[in-house]
Amino acid sequence: MSFLKEISPLVNNYFLSGTDVLSRRAAQITAEIQQGERRSYNEVLDLSSGDLHRGGIKPITFVRQVLAACFYPALLEEDSLPLDVKQRAESLLRECDGGSIGSYTDSSGIAKIKHCVSQFITRRDGGVPSSPDNIFIKSGSQMALMIMLKLLIRSDDSCRTGVLIPVPTYASFTLALEKQGAAIIPYYLCEEQGWTLQVEELRRALNTGRKTCNPVALYICNPGNPTGHIQSRKSIEEVIRFAAEEKLFILADEVYQSCMYGDDTEFHSYKKVLSEMGSTISSTVEQASFNSVSKGFMGECGLRGGYVELVNLDPAVKEYASRLLSTRSCPPVVGQIALDLMADPPKPGDTSFPTFSEEVQSIKNTIGKNTVRILEVFAELPGISCQPLKAGYFVFPCLHFPPKAIKWAKRRQMEPDMLYCLHLLEESGLHVRPGCEYGQRKDSYHIRLFVATQENIMEDALQRLKTFHTQFMKEFS
Amino acid sequence: MSENCEYRERVLTMDTMNPNVKRVEYAVRGPIVQRAVQIERELMMGIKKPFTEVIKANIGDCHAMGQKPITFFRQVLALCSYPDLLEDSKFPEDAKSRACRILQACGGGSLGAYSTSQGIELIRQDVARYIERRDGGITSHPDNIYLSTGASDAIMTMLKLLVSGEGMSRTGVMISIPQYPLYSAALAELGAVQISYYLDEDNCWSLDISELQRALQEAKKHCSPRALCIINPGNPTGQVQSRQCIEDVIRFAAAENLFLMADEVYQDNVYADGCTFHSFKKVLFEMGPEYSEKVELASFHSTSKCYMGECGFRGGYMEVVNLDPEVKVQLTKLVSVRLCPPVPGQALLDVVVNPPQPDEPSYDTFIKERTDTLATLAEKANMTQDILNQVPGIKCNPVQGAMYTFPRIHLPPKAIPEAKEKGQAPDMFYCMKLLEETGICLVPGSGFGQRDGTYHFRMTILPSKEKLKIVLAKIKEFQQHFMEQYS
Repeated sequence: MSFLKEISPLVNNYFLSGTDVLSRRAAQITAEIQQGERRSYNEVLDLSSGDLHRGGIKPITFVRQVLAACFYPALLEEDSLPLDVKQRAESLLRECDGGSIGSYTDSSGIAKIKHCVSQFITRRDGGVPSSPDNIFIKSGSQMALMIMLKLLIRSDDSCRTGVLIPVPTYASFTLALEKQGAAIIPYYLCEEQGWTLQVEELRRALNTGRKTCNPVALYICNPGNPTGHIQSRKSIEEVIRFAAEEKLFILADEVYQSCMYGDDTEFHSYKKVLSEMGSTISSTVEQASFNSVSKGFMGECGLRGGYVELVNLDPAVKEYASRLLSTRSCPPVVGQIALDLMADPPKPGDTSFPTFSEEVQSIKNTIGKNTVRILEVFAELPGISCQPLKAGYFVFPCLHFPPKAIKWAKRRQMEPDMLYCLHLLEESGLHVRPGCEYGQRKDSYHIRLFVATQENIMEDALQRLKTFHTQFMKEFS
Repeated sequence: MSENCEYRERVLTMDTMNPNVKRVEYAVRGPIVQRAVQIERELMMGIKKPFTEVIKANIGDCHAMGQKPITFFRQVLALCSYPDLLEDSKFPEDAKSRACRILQACGGGSLGAYSTSQGIELIRQDVARYIERRDGGITSHPDNIYLSTGASDAIMTMLKLLVSGEGMSRTGVMISIPQYPLYSAALAELGAVQISYYLDEDNCWSLDISELQRALQEAKKHCSPRALCIINPGNPTGQVQSRQCIEDVIRFAAAENLFLMADEVYQDNVYADGCTFHSFKKVLFEMGPEYSEKVELASFHSTSKCYMGECGFRGGYMEVVNLDPEVKVQLTKLVSVRLCPPVPGQALLDVVVNPPQPDEPSYDTFIKERTDTLATLAEKANMTQDILNQVPGIKCNPVQGAMYTFPRIHLPPKAIPEAKEKGQAPDMFYCMKLLEETGICLVPGSGFGQRDGTYHFRMTILPSKEKLKIVLAKIKEFQQHFMEQYS
C-alpha cells in the first residue's frame, strides 16, 4: 500500500463530481461506433468544450502562416507566403535569442510582444495607458490566474483565504481554487435578469464568507462563462466601488472579450472603467485582468498563450510575482507569437487583410446565426428557457424538470441535469455539460452548449436535442 | 499615485502575501542575470565597457548560443501549423506523413484545439514505444505517461502530490547539493522540508549512499521524508551515474520507502568515455520483481535539452511507475487544472520519439545534424574541463554529461570580507565582478548549493567553440587578476 494514499489533502478535496463519466462515455460510444456498432446516430456531436477548432472552425490563415514561417524559417526564402506574413515572422524571430523560437525567453514574455499587448490594451481602452512592466505572459490565462491565486492565498493559515466566485462558474477554476487551499465564497448571478451581478448579492456573500474565512479577492468573469452575459458599465462601476469599500482584490477574467453578439452589446474592460472612476479609486483598487488567444476568433486553445495585466500592485509584491514566474522558465514561444498576432492583426492595406477580415467575419456570422437558431429552437420547446445570449462561446439554458424527472434522478443518486446529459448522450449522441458542474441555485437545472461550431453541426445538434427533449418531457410529465 | 487620494493600505502586500512565495529563489534567472540584461542595455546605448557583448553562459539554452534546430522537426511543425504546405513539393514525404498523423490525432485536425490534460493519446503511445525501445523492451504503458509543459511542470505536479502533513509529519524531499534550483524553489513554494544530501566533489560528484543515509536519519528527527530526487545526467555537476550507483539508490529508496523522482532531461548528453546513460526505469526492472513491483518512480524528460534544444516549445513528459491507482486518479485531476500542455510541444515530442528511419528520405540529414550537435557538445565539454583545470585556483571535475561545468574556485583571503561588506555571497561577488569586467554571465554556486566554505560557479558549454575558447581565456585572465588583487 503506497503511503501516497495519504495524499496531499489539498488535492483530494475537489468540487467536481462525475465530470469524467460523460467524457469517458462519449469516447467509448465513439469507439463503439467506429467498431461497427449501430446506433440511431452516426457519430457523437461534441458541444461540451469551448474549443473553436474542434468544433470545425478553421484557424485564421495569417496566424498559421506566420507560425509556419517561425517554425521553419526556410519558408521565408520562398514565394509561397504573403509579404506581410514574412515580415511579421522575421520581426518576431529577431526578438528570439539565436533567431529561434526554440530558445527560452524572458520569464514574463518577449519584451516586444508585451509592448504589443500593452498597445492593444491602450487602443481597446480608448487611450488608457498600459505598461509592459505590468503585463505577464503565461501558458494560457488559466496559468496566470493560478499565479495570482498563489500570491493571494495563504494556505497555511488557520483562517483560510476566501475568494468570491460567481455561481455559475466554469468547473476547472473551482478545482484550481480548492487545490490552492482557498475558501470558496459563492455569489449568485441573477438568472431572471439575464445573469446580472447584483451588488446586494455580493454583499450578502461577503458577509457570510467573513464568518468563516478571510475574504481577499473577488473573481469576475466578463463576458461570463457559462452564462454569456455582459456586464454593463454601471454594473462594473458598482462592483469596483464595492471592492474598494470592502478591500477586495479584483480578478477580472476577460478572455471572451472579443466574442460579442448583437449590435447593442459593448465590452467594457475593468481597467478602463477603473481608470475613469476618480483618482481615489482608480489609483488604489488592485486588479488583475486576464485575456488569452484561446477564445475569440482565433480559438487557439492548444497553443497556450495568455496574459495578466496588473493594476495598482505593490511593487515589492510584483517583484515576487516575477520571481515566481521565473521558476516556470518561460511561457511557450508559440503561444507568445499567437498573442502578438491577436494584439496586432492585419490592418487595411496589408496583403493578408482581405482574407483575414473575411475569415473573422465568417466566424462572427456563423456564431451569430447559431445563437439566433438556438433561441428559436428553445422557444418551441416546453420546459426549457434561456436568457438572452450576449457574448462568449456558450448558451446556458434552464431546464424545468417535471417532479417525476427529479424523483427519478434522486433514486439514481444523481443530479437531474447530469442524468439528463447522460441520457442525451446515450440516446442522441449529443455531448453537452450539466449545470451542476458550474453551480446553480438549489432546485434549478441547466445544460451548457458550445455555440461556436459550424452551422450544419449546430443544426444537427439542435435537432437531436429537440427530439430528445420533447420525448423526455413527455415521458416525465 | 495621485496627490489627493487617501492612503489606503493595499489588499496584497508583502505582509498579506502567501509567505511561501517569499522563500522562492531561482538563481538561473536571478539578480546576476538582471544585471547582465542591464549591461546589455547600456551597451546598446553606446556606453563604453571593456567588452562589446554580454555572453550569457548562465542558462542551458542551446539555440540562444547558436545551436541549430533539427531541420526535420521544424519541417513537421510547419506542416502541422499550416497544412496547406502539404501541397508544397519542397517538404519531404516523411515529414508530411508524420504531420498528417499528428493532425489526425488533434481535435478538428488543428494544433489549436485543446488536447486531454494528460496529453494526446497517440503521442503518449509513441512515447511509450520510445521508452520501450530505449530500455531494451521493458513495457511502458501510455496510461502511465503524462505529457507536460516542459519537465518542470511535471516535476512541480509530482511534488504537489507528495507534499502534505504538518510539523513532524510535514513532507521532506531529498535533493542533491548542488542541485538545479527549480527543486529548492518548488519546495519553498510548497512549504515542504528540503533534505539536502551532498554529492561527493572529490569523486566526480558521485552519489554516496552513506551520505544519503546520514541526511535521511537527520531529517527523520523533524519531518517525514517521502521522496528522493536525482538528476541524471547531473545539473549543474555533469556527472553521469554508474549503473551500480543507480541500483544502490533504488535499493535505498526501497528500504526507506521513498518515492523516487528521476530527472533525466539530459539523457542524450553523455560525453565521457566509459559513461553510459542508464534509465532508472530500466535498472529498476532489471533488478527483479522485489524492486520493480514495489518502488514508486517518476521519470522526467523533455524537448529542451539533448540535441533538440527546443526549450521554447515547453514539451516534456513524465512516466510514473507503481503509482497507487487512487493516487493516479488524483494526479489526473491535478493536471486537468492547467487544461493541457501546449500542443506544438506535444507534436514536437512526437517527432522526437519518432525520428526518421534509415529507409526514409530525411534520415541522412537528420543523423548528420544530430551527430554533429552531440559531437560538438562533447568536444566543448572536454575543451572546457581541460582549459579550466589549467587555471590556478580553479578545479574542474570531468564534464561527463549534461551541458554545464561546475568548477570549484579558490577565493583568495581578502575577497571574502569584501564580499561580506557588499552583502553578497563570495561566489556571487566573484561572478558579478567577472560580469562587469568581461561581460560573461555565469551563475554563482551559491544558487545551486555547495558545502560550506566552498565556492563554485556554473557555466554552460553552449557557446560556439570559438566563442567558448575566448570565454575560457577571459575567465583564466580574470581569475589570475582576481587572485592577485585579493591575496
